Amino acid sequence: MKRYSVFAIAREALRYHQGWEKAWASPAPKSSYDVVIVGAGGHGLATAYYLGKNFGITNVAIIEKGWLGGGNTGRNTTIIRSNYLQDPSAAIYEKARSLYEDLSQDLNYNVMFSPRGLLMLAQTHHEVRGYLRTVHANNLQGVTTEWIGPEKVKELVPIMNIDGPRYPVLGALYQARGGTARHDAVAWGYARACSAMGMDIIQQCEVTGVRSANGVVTGVDTTKGYIGTKKLGIVVAGHSGQVADMAGFRLPVESLALQALVSEPIKPCMDVVVMANTVHGYMSQSDKGEMVIGGGTDGFNNFTQRGSFQHIEETLRALIETFPMISRLKMLRQWGGIVDMTGDRSPIISKTPLGNCFINCGWGTGGFKAIPGSGWAMAELVAKGEPGPLAEEFNMYRFREGRFIDESVAAGVAH
Amino acid sequence: MLILECPYCGVKAEETELAPGGEAHLKRFGPGSPDEDFEAYMFARKNPKGVHFERWRHAYGCGKWFLAARCTATLEVFGTYPAQTTEPPADIVAKIMAKRPDWKGYK
Amino acid sequence: MSTRLAKGGRLIDRAAPQDFTFNGKRLRGFKGDTLAAALLANDQMLVGRSFKYHRPRGIVASGAEEPNALVNMGEGGRFEPNQRTTTTELFDGLTCTSQNHFPSLEFDIGVLNNYAARFLPAGFYYKTFIHPRAAWKHVFEPIIRQSAGLGKVPKDRDADRYEQAYAFCDLLITGGGIAGLQAALTAGKAGKRVWLMEQTAHWGGRAPVDGVEIDGTPAEAWVKNAVQALEAMENVTMRLRCMAAGSYDHGYVLADEKVADHTPGDGRPRHRLWRIRAGQIIAATGAIERPLSFAGNDIPGVMLAAAMRDYLVNWAVAPGDRTVVVTNNDDAYRTAIALKEAGLEVPVILDARATVTGDLPAKARALGIRVEAGKAIAKVKGGKRVTSVAICAQAGQGAVLEEIACDAVAMSGGWSPVVHLWSHCGGKLNWDAAQAHFAPDPARPPLNHDGSALVVTAGAASGVLLAGDVLANATAAAGGDVAPVASGPVEAAMEPVWVMPQGATIDLRMKMWLDYQNDVKVSDVQLAAREGYSSVEHTKRYTTLGMATDQGKLSNINGLAVLADSLSSPIPQVGTTTFRPPYTPVTFGALAGEARGDIFQPLRQTPIHAWHEAHNAYFEPVGLWRRPYCYPRPGETHEQAVHREVVNTRTNVGLLDASTLGKIIVKGPDAGKFLDMLYTNVMSNLGIGKCRYGLMCSEQGFLSDDGVVARIDEDTWLCHTTSGGADRIHAWMEDWLQCEWWDWQVYTANVTEQFAQIAVVGPNARKVLEKLGGMDVSKEALPFMQWADGEMGGFRVRAYRISFSGELSYEIAVPASEGRAFWDALVTAGAEFGMMPYGTEGLHVLRAEKGFIMIGDETDGTVIPQDLNLGWAISKKKADYLGKRGQERPFLASPDRWKLVGLETLDGSVIPDGSIAPAPGTNANGQRNTQGRVTSTYYSPTLKRGIAMGLVKGGLSRVGETIEMTRLDGSTLQVKIVDPVFYDKEGEKQNV
Repeated sequence: MKRYSVFAIAREALRYHQGWEKAWASPAPKSSYDVVIVGAGGHGLATAYYLGKNFGITNVAIIEKGWLGGGNTGRNTTIIRSNYLQDPSAAIYEKARSLYEDLSQDLNYNVMFSPRGLLMLAQTHHEVRGYLRTVHANNLQGVTTEWIGPEKVKELVPIMNIDGPRYPVLGALYQARGGTARHDAVAWGYARACSAMGMDIIQQCEVTGVRSANGVVTGVDTTKGYIGTKKLGIVVAGHSGQVADMAGFRLPVESLALQALVSEPIKPCMDVVVMANTVHGYMSQSDKGEMVIGGGTDGFNNFTQRGSFQHIEETLRALIETFPMISRLKMLRQWGGIVDMTGDRSPIISKTPLGNCFINCGWGTGGFKAIPGSGWAMAELVAKGEPGPLAEEFNMYRFREGRFIDESVAAGVAH
Repeated sequence: MLILECPYCGVKAEETELAPGGEAHLKRFGPGSPDEDFEAYMFARKNPKGVHFERWRHAYGCGKWFLAARCTATLEVFGTYPAQTTEPPADIVAKIMAKRPDWKGYK
Repeated sequence: MSTRLAKGGRLIDRAAPQDFTFNGKRLRGFKGDTLAAALLANDQMLVGRSFKYHRPRGIVASGAEEPNALVNMGEGGRFEPNQRTTTTELFDGLTCTSQNHFPSLEFDIGVLNNYAARFLPAGFYYKTFIHPRAAWKHVFEPIIRQSAGLGKVPKDRDADRYEQAYAFCDLLITGGGIAGLQAALTAGKAGKRVWLMEQTAHWGGRAPVDGVEIDGTPAEAWVKNAVQALEAMENVTMRLRCMAAGSYDHGYVLADEKVADHTPGDGRPRHRLWRIRAGQIIAATGAIERPLSFAGNDIPGVMLAAAMRDYLVNWAVAPGDRTVVVTNNDDAYRTAIALKEAGLEVPVILDARATVTGDLPAKARALGIRVEAGKAIAKVKGGKRVTSVAICAQAGQGAVLEEIACDAVAMSGGWSPVVHLWSHCGGKLNWDAAQAHFAPDPARPPLNHDGSALVVTAGAASGVLLAGDVLANATAAAGGDVAPVASGPVEAAMEPVWVMPQGATIDLRMKMWLDYQNDVKVSDVQLAAREGYSSVEHTKRYTTLGMATDQGKLSNINGLAVLADSLSSPIPQVGTTTFRPPYTPVTFGALAGEARGDIFQPLRQTPIHAWHEAHNAYFEPVGLWRRPYCYPRPGETHEQAVHREVVNTRTNVGLLDASTLGKIIVKGPDAGKFLDMLYTNVMSNLGIGKCRYGLMCSEQGFLSDDGVVARIDEDTWLCHTTSGGADRIHAWMEDWLQCEWWDWQVYTANVTEQFAQIAVVGPNARKVLEKLGGMDVSKEALPFMQWADGEMGGFRVRAYRISFSGELSYEIAVPASEGRAFWDALVTAGAEFGMMPYGTEGLHVLRAEKGFIMIGDETDGTVIPQDLNLGWAISKKKADYLGKRGQERPFLASPDRWKLVGLETLDGSVIPDGSIAPAPGTNANGQRNTQGRVTSTYYSPTLKRGIAMGLVKGGLSRVGETIEMTRLDGSTLQVKIVDPVFYDKEGEKQNV
């Protein structure tokens, strides 16, 4: 892999950029691998990357039905934070956040991680207490967050109206090292690094069946033929149930559409990420200048990657209340993604009833921020066959025991 | 923005009048039931990419719960029927079979 | 230069001049102008700067597809960035400024990026700015952010209002060109309820500009007749300035009607957002002309050929004196002919096709225009305006044959149907190789709720471009069979041209713009392909092709073709990116509608709300209710007010508006059996006239709501729920009754808002009621945990002896209509007994002093009744209740669960909200172990010290132990575990 740098660009510029090599190879599948990862989204690629980096396992194929990074990795609102309440969540999201800090350097690919700060507004007394609880918890979890008052909120976000008639801002949970990253770049950076380690990224290759012998996985049937494998990792947000079905088990997962939208670009006006859970809206400004806005989730099973208008309407009402100056901005584009929702809205990183078959799913509305940590934990699970501490609590058997990891406790919605 | 016809009041209700209620025809398991059964009742969902039988309530209408057969991939609705039904009615099953020859059937 | 011609202009009214300013320059146009037309009429071709390289940008198009000509418009509360001049109607007094430059449009320092363009190819930022780590956030990103963005940031609150409206129709036709009009005529005559909408201010679309003849009359006259005929049909509704923004599932369409954009401040809502439910949609949305990719195709003065014709015919504006036309099809000859006939120079028509036949070229030649077949533009020269073009052979690499001076270039690369509404809900496309465009595949339409085709297309949107075909197609789309006949010249086939010249060298390709706004060039797409970003979505995202505010209306197909060529793949195999709503950007204000400020959300008010407002209540939101938190007196803080209210309630008497409390009637022969399933304890054996506290759990076993149940008569119970829980619990009851136990005879009714409920609380409570007079409220007549109907002070009341404060307490319900009067009567009667109202915070303190739990404080969705020492309220005898099985699961039955205790600090201070009790050591993830947390913590004005409840591992078995709890600053404080009942442990005060 040729390293990226300003010097490389200068060198290439002199020859009209004709000398750049492919960011990742597009090989035909081999007959078998040590590990096959189904799903070349952020989580799948990160899993493969840390398999190689942390465990030296590089005889790996990542197979993808469409194009890499084309699922929720490429259609979320790019928020990164780890201000979670429950210990297992805080652990894995903080692991992810800390890996994001160095990810550009690690991958030699600028993923534009920008710890610009993140605010979760408290607009009811109940919410104030919930966020205070989170700050206390975060202090013990090694996650740096703080509670700030309305004046500090206004100072951080001058365009905000903190004195709305219905839900004045009472304060906020503030994570100064939360922020955003460029979502596509995360997938592309991992893909390039995986390819450089000799892994095969096989796009346009759909899994049609999972084969096993004596309760242990042996390979997958795909639209590009049979691929044998010693271990299988299923990392296919939005379609986890379909692939699990092929592997012979059922998941506590339902697929719902989550929506987002962007405005036309304007000059910089908001540096931090703002989430307002009482009124259901969150917003940040991208480097291009677009206001990036997250909407709500439809309540019914949906695989269409499009949602219903009333959620957009509700979100925009909330945000115009919070940021009156956006009223004359215009919606440029709206879209949807399919999210896996589990019984407690927390993810699953788990062994499955099928031997040597592992699953990573259920990130709901919050998957992007977890990518490096999720990949790290999943790689450990796949490599060792047993979960490490990051993944342990996220096993799929917790529902039977009633051992929920419930984040709705502190905040109405968790994005 | 779905439209579902409420089988009780006959109104072609739009989504904002309705409250979704998840998978239909679940069997309740109470005290003393095996762990697997209770877990399946609470959590295991078919979640098909295709024909789905699901619960809806005409919440901002007549208030009745009803059931719908709907495709989660195209959002086509094959029919709605009263909630007091233990499995999909034959006419709706026949309609789905005719429209989706590949459908593996309810179960 | 561009200028207004002395004659012509079918849309302008020369008798109505309109003054406006651009960058402070005073200019004049006419009524009927678009802002773009008026700018061109004033020789203002340069209107902005591009996103990345800050290159000069001129007007390219005449409609919604315009990528360049965006301005900051208006001032103050009517300031709006990124306003598209080609779709903005001119009005007198309009002010606008150009965007994305510093210090000025003419001299922009950002153009340095342009000189460095070679070092800034697609995706350069992914490859650099990597080291040092902190530099991205602190150095590079701020620079990029500042140079990106387009329009200025609005500062003020929007001065305008927006409204939303609903409509229903059998058929919604979007697009008011001849296809839309013909479809509407057809469907209208057939008696369908038809809606017809057009995004511009005029009916007729392109046909009148193109000089089409329909049924022997000019298109202009045909359109006029058609509009008149439609206006006469009662079943047809027509809307101009109304853009169908998106089609959503099952025939839901959003349309943005620009009611008063052109008459700002006239009192009307600025936009009206139509929310339409249509049985079917006909997309008669036309087609958009594609640019050609030749070097310098972004220099101001290069325009789409049809746009140039629009400016000429509609607004009598000549964008140039000498216009070179470059094309791969016959349609562009119409522009050349129109220019020539208007007396303007057309030095040459460059036609990339090797042979040129057809009626229109013949006519152009007959007018004396030089036509060059097989020729192309090697390069356009000029800076802020075209000065000449260099001509080459299309087949070659760009060797210049000749240079021709000109001040404008009209280009046409063919036409692409506007398929957005077709595609929003999943309609599929076919590649039409002959016309080199994607057109709807009628066999794979988006589906309606019944599986029928949700959308059909009509006219050019279907991929038919000649007027006669358009009308036939539109007629068929609307279910008709007799179409008008349109005559026109015979047109020869177009030939796809994706790069001009075909073998252009890299230095030329680096100057061929695909996306004008985002500065994406042919070379960028080729670079993306070379680097493996070979999916069309990868290429789009890597290069930002089609991601600008025009969403790729001009660039997508051209970029796709270049990508396909780079990959040596057929175009249809590469596919398109996804079409997403809206078709053109829609103002947030319109999408949000009227719900702003006080009416942002529905407001639920109790019958007593106005009294609270009049008595200086500080409110807190509780669901959609607003409840008084406290009633501060002059000079009091909220905290002081709460303390006063609590003390007064304990010593005299307090008055609480409890009307928001949920009240659900459960009635029927099986009501008792049902409630036994719903509550953890037994309700069926509750005596008539008695009250009982009950708990409800989710099927998971977690505590979800609580409240007092009253047995009204043999088959009637009244269930009180929490304020926030009323609707949820009512729905929950109905769910079980309708979907599980449907053979049980039970009826429910949520009567929360039918009654006002007022709590009279404190030692003097009985005295107040006795003063009011009426029913016997003595301990004997109405003991604790009983209720009685009666009359009180002339009001019909139902009085409950229940207490959430530990004091002597009556909760008295009256019909909602009498609630305020009853409250007033209580206030009067209570005056001599020191009665004061108290709010929700006082209520919380009072209940916490008594160790009563509060749903939402002691519970958070993970807590079971057993955790809260509420085992006494869980029946051991019942075989089943909702949640019982869930509570049998190992984690819920574990002895290690945290359980409710009282907590108090050693020094009497208040434990901070949210505080957690650390335990020794750390877990496997290095997080500090914990053993408990506070759930409610208050200063008790009664006890004059801090009190708290919390959940602690080991629960009450640890009473007397001291543990550490966290403070926000990272330190800890010493806390003693105590019994959670801090006040009147024996419960003597409530039972008097």
